[in-house]
Amino acid sequence: MSIQWELLALTPPGWGGLLLQGLLTSLQIAGGGYLLGLSLGIGGAFGKLYGGPVLRDLLECYTTIVRAVPELVLILLLYYAGTDLLNRILTSLGADTIDINGLAAGIMVVGIVQGAYSTEVLRGAIKAIPFGEIEAARAFGMPPLLMLRRVTWPAMLPHALPGLSNLWLIATKDTALLAVIGFTELTLATRQAGGATKAYFLFFCAAGALYLAVTLVSNGIVALLERRARRGLPSPR
Amino acid sequence: MIDKAAIANTPARETRPAGDLRKLLRPHRILLVLMAATLVIYMVMTMRWDWLPEYWPMLLVGVWHTILLLITSALLGFLLAVPLGLVQVTGPAPLSWLARSFCTIIRGTPLLLQLWLIYYGVGSLFPQIPEIRNSFLWPYLREAWPYGILALTLSFAGYEGEVMRGAFAGVPRGELDAARAFGMGRFTTLRRIWLPRAIHRALPTLNGDMVLQLKSTPLVATITVIDVYAVISRIRQDTYLVYEPLLFLALVYMCLTAILVMIFRYFEARIPTRGA
Repeated sequence: MSIQWELLALTPPGWGGLLLQGLLTSLQIAGGGYLLGLSLGIGGAFGKLYGGPVLRDLLECYTTIVRAVPELVLILLLYYAGTDLLNRILTSLGADTIDINGLAAGIMVVGIVQGAYSTEVLRGAIKAIPFGEIEAARAFGMPPLLMLRRVTWPAMLPHALPGLSNLWLIATKDTALLAVIGFTELTLATRQAGGATKAYFLFFCAAGALYLAVTLVSNGIVALLERRARRGLPSPR
Repeated sequence: MIDKAAIANTPARETRPAGDLRKLLRPHRILLVLMAATLVIYMVMTMRWDWLPEYWPMLLVGVWHTILLLITSALLGFLLAVPLGLVQVTGPAPLSWLARSFCTIIRGTPLLLQLWLIYYGVGSLFPQIPEIRNSFLWPYLREAWPYGILALTLSFAGYEGEVMRGAFAGVPRGELDAARAFGMGRFTTLRRIWLPRAIHRALPTLNGDMVLQLKSTPLVATITVIDVYAVISRIRQDTYLVYEPLLFLALVYMCLTAILVMIFRYFEARIPTRGA
């Protein structure tokens, strides 16, 4: 059996274009979900560290539940229940129901899952800052925002970066789960191409190579970022 | 590098001493618990749960299959992870390179893709080979679950191989030198000193990864393996209910996670950690 490379061609008789389109969608969801998760995580970390007791308990529930339930189940729950709930609210307000864009739903779902994990990563990183550094900044009379920019942020970054880069890689791979709810990202596009041509092996390997390329490129960028964030610090080993 | 475990391992809940019940039941907590209870009662009263008794036996079978999948894939995956970690630390260069590429590939691609590659790709090659069709293995290879277990096992092995590499490398050299000074052979050293010490170091990470493994089992439902997730999908198709089966499923997984965490906490408490 020979490999039919022409099936990977970019123009329509080949399926390469569909695969690349899927990769682009996957990256869009991963990027959007990651940013949403990061903003949820920043809020969550500050809420857990400095919030009142009620807020802290609610955030604890959020992170515990999201991390105990499989992503696939969360995606289904948030996708169906989320869109259904939104439409119910809209109808009760007298507005028309809307069809929720798959891209937006995917970003929301991945973002909420990522938010729980990044809350923990950022909380740990902020807690890892020696308290004396914050005290010193206060003693200098720095206003809170300046202190955040000059002390908390740069001191936290080396601790947060490994965790945050892991989260980015998890986000890129979590987008594959959206295939299960019928959203045409890379994995589902691959399965469609495979089903149409019966060349499953070729297409799944090609998609695997694409995911792997994303991972390896990300690793390279993270290594650069980490070197910059750690400048002036002793090397980890 | 991807290290899911580092994230999963941050304790889900702050450990509280057992006697601190009063601190646990501060007024706002009681209020929150009451509000949660009201919500649960409201959901029990207003939502439809009449399907539950009818599907109860199927659900139990599904939960059992999920547990079986978890245990088999974790055990086999761990057995595979030990050599994968070991050759990366001591092995000859080609073997070490192979093991490292295996871990990178597994950790760099989504499990769903690996699963579908194995089920649709490898599964579609097998029927074309007459030797396999006529062998005693064929009745099994026609089923979906061997492919599911294979994919889950390889994935677990990929993540744990990396963990074991770190654990093997982290055992102090002096202990291995001491074993050699006692006249132990290479294999005895591995069996008596190196492996136990490495597992000991890796244990906390392994616990976190078991929870992640549990959370990846529902993916096998996409290749028609009947686990608890597949049962719930079937119920959703039969009853046209949106929320109830999914909420129930989330509850099931939360219970399974809690049980898993408790089992591991028990084992970790039994193993002495001094000087780890």
